Amino acid sequence: MTPLLQVENIAKFYGARIGCADVSFDLYPGEVMGIVGESGSGKSTLLNCLAGHLVPDRGAVRFDTRTGGLRNTVTMSEPERRMLGRTDWAFVHQHARDGLRMNVSAGGNVGERLMAVNARHYAEIRTQAIDWLGRVEIMADRIDDRPTAFSGGMQQRLQIARNLVTGPRLVFMDEPTGGLDVSVQARLLDLLRGLVREMRLSAIIVTHDLAVVRLLADRLMVMKDGHVVETGLTDQVLDDPQHAYTQLLVSSVLQV
Amino acid sequence: MTDYNFAYLDEQTKRMIRRTILKGLAIPGYQVPFASREMPMPYGWGTGGVQVSAAVLTPDDTLKVIDQGADDTTNAVSIRRFFQKTAGVAVTEATAQASVIQTRHRIPEQDLREDQIIVYQVPIPEPLRFLEPSEVETRKMHSLEEYGLMHVKLYEDISQHGDIATAYAYPVKVEGRYVMDPSPIPKFDNPKLEMAGIQLFGAGREQRIYAIPPYTQVVSLDFDDYPFQPTKADHACGLCGAHDSYLDELIVDDEGGRVFMCSDTDYCATRRRAGHVGTHGTPFEEDAA
Repeated sequence: MTPLLQVENIAKFYGARIGCADVSFDLYPGEVMGIVGESGSGKSTLLNCLAGHLVPDRGAVRFDTRTGGLRNTVTMSEPERRMLGRTDWAFVHQHARDGLRMNVSAGGNVGERLMAVNARHYAEIRTQAIDWLGRVEIMADRIDDRPTAFSGGMQQRLQIARNLVTGPRLVFMDEPTGGLDVSVQARLLDLLRGLVREMRLSAIIVTHDLAVVRLLADRLMVMKDGHVVETGLTDQVLDDPQHAYTQLLVSSVLQV
Repeated sequence: MTDYNFAYLDEQTKRMIRRTILKGLAIPGYQVPFASREMPMPYGWGTGGVQVSAAVLTPDDTLKVIDQGADDTTNAVSIRRFFQKTAGVAVTEATAQASVIQTRHRIPEQDLREDQIIVYQVPIPEPLRFLEPSEVETRKMHSLEEYGLMHVKLYEDISQHGDIATAYAYPVKVEGRYVMDPSPIPKFDNPKLEMAGIQLFGAGREQRIYAIPPYTQVVSLDFDDYPFQPTKADHACGLCGAHDSYLDELIVDDEGGRVFMCSDTDYCATRRRAGHVGTHGTPFEEDAA
């Protein structure tokens, strides 16, 4: 089986400081990978390198494209990379307002990716937008409201709908539940888990919340100071942490 | 007349603008940056159009200046006087007699010929600007032909108003490549953008020039189920009775009385001179006004 994403010795430096270094892993179709670590450990840098938002200083990111097989996205041309960015890839930002157009209605936000791949039939775009709003539990009568009129949780769900409408195969998520209260978090996680299973999505989830990865991720990568210190199946890493930092991380979770 | 170089700008500046125009003509619809000069009028009064006109004018040219279709509004009068003073060129109000036409907000009703140049004043040349504030990003979108966002604007129109409510500055795609803002002309004029004359667009404050060569394909963007429709007020001109021209609505008394009349004053006067009379019109007399 070919991996969907093959990451080889990715490194990114900010001057003399390390963003992330020597990261390698394979992600297979349908697999959800969690990346955990404290703030400043290089999680987001790594994710941005993988999603093409940052250019890594070393290494290769190979993606299994629909037409050309495994292609290195670091060296492919910018139009191709941006095309991937709006078709096969999706990126869910921590802050919904980074990923949404706040002055465009919810329907327009969901429809944008469709129109970017040349959908030119208004009624069809609208039908799909309503369908997707329904899937993320937003009422159809909110379709013409702007995201500014939505609550934080709704904005985040709208961002997910906007990203998944073109049927991507790989979703990058940067702290998708950050800044939401716990009951809203729980519903969002439930929704994400359902969508991931139903659409057989592969995903890379960056978070510092161990509960999120426990629920969503099949595999886990623990990062510290830009390096990967431990990898393994989620339950294995969380229940039997080997590295001193992972042990600290797991024991730091507050029990209610 | 000796106080000014011909057409106000110095020769080096005119050469720079001509080079920009040639590049614009070579890449239809592409916004070419140029070193816009300070002009003796405020931004928004047509500094871009004036610079382009200055660069293309020759002493043998006949200039016509229109503002919202009319030859006798402030903007048109002052720009016409500016070139009379600084270039000493002949001026006219007749579309057919002009070799260079500077315009704001309208294309003349009468079809232009191959030996005519029309210069548009453009406030904001970037059609994607209101959706994407970053110039770096919009330039990248143009270069990679990523125009999905333009349809988001039209989508928003339909979802809010039930129809494409954009009535002016209606985005067009030029020769199947660049999406372009045709300057704030009414969408009624969009079909006329495919013409025999040379079309030059100058944005002074934004420092961009772009162009459409003669007989270039210009397609107004739309949806399959909401096709582009040029619209005008559903009336005939009150003065000349024309059904086919773009109309202004004028309030004529304090009891809500209103008259629709051609926005293109030359077109209207020509028709009245030929004997056409509308519901509110009187037979044409020279110097009646």
